[in-house]
Amino acid sequence: MSKVMVVTSGKGGVGKTTSAAALGAALAQTGQNVVLVDFDVGLRNLDLVLGAERRVVFDLVNVVQGDARLPQALIRDKRLETLHLLPASQTRDKDALTPEGVEQVIGELRERFDWVVCDSPAGIERGATLAMRHADLAVVVTNPEVSSVRDSDRIIGMLDSKTRRAEEGEVMEKHLLLTRYDVARADRGEMMKVEDVLEILAIPLLAVVAESRDVLSASNVGCPVTLHNPQSAVARAYDAAARRLMGESPPMSEVLPKRGLLSRLFGRRTAA
Amino acid sequence: MNLFGLFNRSRSGSAARERLQILLAHERAAADGADLAAVLQQEILAVIARHVPIDRDKVVVKLERGAHVSTLAIDIEMPEDAVASR
Repeated sequence: MSKVMVVTSGKGGVGKTTSAAALGAALAQTGQNVVLVDFDVGLRNLDLVLGAERRVVFDLVNVVQGDARLPQALIRDKRLETLHLLPASQTRDKDALTPEGVEQVIGELRERFDWVVCDSPAGIERGATLAMRHADLAVVVTNPEVSSVRDSDRIIGMLDSKTRRAEEGEVMEKHLLLTRYDVARADRGEMMKVEDVLEILAIPLLAVVAESRDVLSASNVGCPVTLHNPQSAVARAYDAAARRLMGESPPMSEVLPKRGLLSRLFGRRTAA
Repeated sequence: MNLFGLFNRSRSGSAARERLQILLAHERAAADGADLAAVLQQEILAVIARHVPIDRDKVVVKLERGAHVSTLAIDIEMPEDAVASR
């Protein structure tokens, strides 16, 4: 059974593309056949994060408009043969995507792949609504910061009303991916805690990804963070997230961020 | 940094949570259109704001829900000069 998953957030810059690439790679590493679809027409970046920017010939808009066939536009990852990319167009705008065309492409992708991972653009306009339209499940990427949480709440409302599943009265499965989390600051009370965000947004937690310099060094060289530094805390969190998406139950200790020594020693005291 | 600053800083995480809880309660109600009191509050304020400048910090809204009757009380402080000029 193939699954269509949207990675979305409302707000920009919270880690959608990083997370889509990392989750896609982690799923592909388990042997699942995965395609990452970049819906950010005009501002594509998934190609760059995956290190495939020089291999793009045709894109999503070409396929939607019938100018290229799907296999011509798909790019196979050089490191993982089960990972593929359907890039967005860089020169067109979002109006180039039509609901009918997107439905057709998603249908074709469903037949070829186990996982169709749609990387949504920021905002709540056409690109974002089309990215979530055919999803079976959603990963809502949120930072522990007021504007990100507010925008995620709005996106959750849209997932529950504007998607095909919602319109057919089915349940849209939603997961919270809390990124750029700083355990030490949360312990000191300077940042909302995991529980605070969970209480406000009221959707189940997929994983917490700590703020980390590994994310930038991976995107610098065009490699999903799960492949670039598999032993890093960030990679392990994404791996655990991917396993949870596949229905496994890794221990919560892998899903929650680790405390550093300093934080363990001083965090609690200053928070009191 | 003085002690007060340190204290304030350490509480900002919970301030974020509390602000969001209040804000999102309003935004969700508005999106659903289900909460009549929230819709009434917005629309009444919008009508008054067309005629008199309103300071949103000086608006007190009280909603009491009873078994048979609910009351919505909106207390708006109007600036003296705005009223006098009419």
